[in-house]
Amino acid sequence: MKPPPFEYHAPATVEDACALLGSLEDAKVLAGGQSLIPLLNFRLARPQHLVDINRVGDLDRIYERDGGVAVQALARQAAVEDSDMVARVCPLLGAAARLVAHRVIRNRGTVCGNLAHADPASELPAVLLAVGGHVVARSSKGQRVIQAGELFAGVFETTLAPGELIVEAWFPQIREPFEILEESRRHGDFALAGVVRAGARLALFGVAPTPVLADPRDPADGLQPSGDLEASPEFRLHLIRVLSERAFAA
Amino acid sequence: MRVNGVARPAPTDVRRLLSDHLRHDLGLTGTHVGCEHGVCGCCTVLLDGAPVRSCLMLAVQAEGHEVTTIEGLARDGQALHPVQQAFHECHGLQCGFCTPGFVMSVVGLLAQHPNPGAQEIEEGIAGNLCRCTGYASIRRAVIRAAELMKE
Repeated sequence: MKPPPFEYHAPATVEDACALLGSLEDAKVLAGGQSLIPLLNFRLARPQHLVDINRVGDLDRIYERDGGVAVQALARQAAVEDSDMVARVCPLLGAAARLVAHRVIRNRGTVCGNLAHADPASELPAVLLAVGGHVVARSSKGQRVIQAGELFAGVFETTLAPGELIVEAWFPQIREPFEILEESRRHGDFALAGVVRAGARLALFGVAPTPVLADPRDPADGLQPSGDLEASPEFRLHLIRVLSERAFAA
Repeated sequence: MRVNGVARPAPTDVRRLLSDHLRHDLGLTGTHVGCEHGVCGCCTVLLDGAPVRSCLMLAVQAEGHEVTTIEGLARDGQALHPVQQAFHECHGLQCGFCTPGFVMSVVGLLAQHPNPGAQEIEEGIAGNLCRCTGYASIRRAVIRAAELMKE
């Protein structure tokens, strides 16, 4: 067996899922699994319990709410990419979804799972931040809205409490010019650096522990990106300046 | 779960990956296992008709679903599936290790885009790694497969 030992739970309702998450010690939510299962296969993650929400009914809808797009916890990234409604109301979200990994991954991966995973190089957290969206977190105690600006706490860290489940993400309608641009070594790879423009707002990804809002006139100001084999900090800052300029030139 | 149209028993261990379940428990070794973290694409199978990575799913998650592996595309002794035929005609393989994953991804790609453009082909096979062909013959195979699918 590749994954480390865990106890498997497959609740059929959101209430049951929240009850499990609220009562179990060291439980992880399994949605699309496209980030969690690799971590299990390498034994980088060793949760005692997996709460698989894929058997929960009526949790995969993409619908219009409050003048924006709500994407429920089990809506796959591929469904968001293909949605005519997303293309009409928040085309930036559809464009960003197409940049997440590969279609085969997007057939399983979810938007809400991507947000909860909070990978600093991921596109969707930066989109949520740029458009000023939010997530709806449910627990056995109730429900609360977490604004994008309050959700991302660090590398792979959010402000979600252990017993909370993101049941949907909400992206407002976008009427102003928008753009998402990134640089990666190959299509589908994690971005070395990327920018999201929503009207006058600019969010950056891949250059800080969380996605960050930046001043379009001086987007690299105050950034201290990390360096690795693929890109030095200086190169990442260069990419941010060039990509931001392109995003606002359109 | 049903695998290639046949009802199969559930895995006994929840830690079993779908890829390992197919290979070790069901003997369907056409599904190959490369990186086991979703990068190489060798283990791609169809889940309810859509291509997914079988190494990034627990086998228990496939319960109640229809899985199609490379063995399910064409029965023994019968004509190859058009995508298999196209890979054969265009030399879209050398060692063949990555081929089952490529074929399943391309089946999914052509279901989504029956007439794929250059960009769609590029993106459609970007999630699969091949270390022999240099991809040029695989691109040709995708174009040929699209033609064969229409015949």
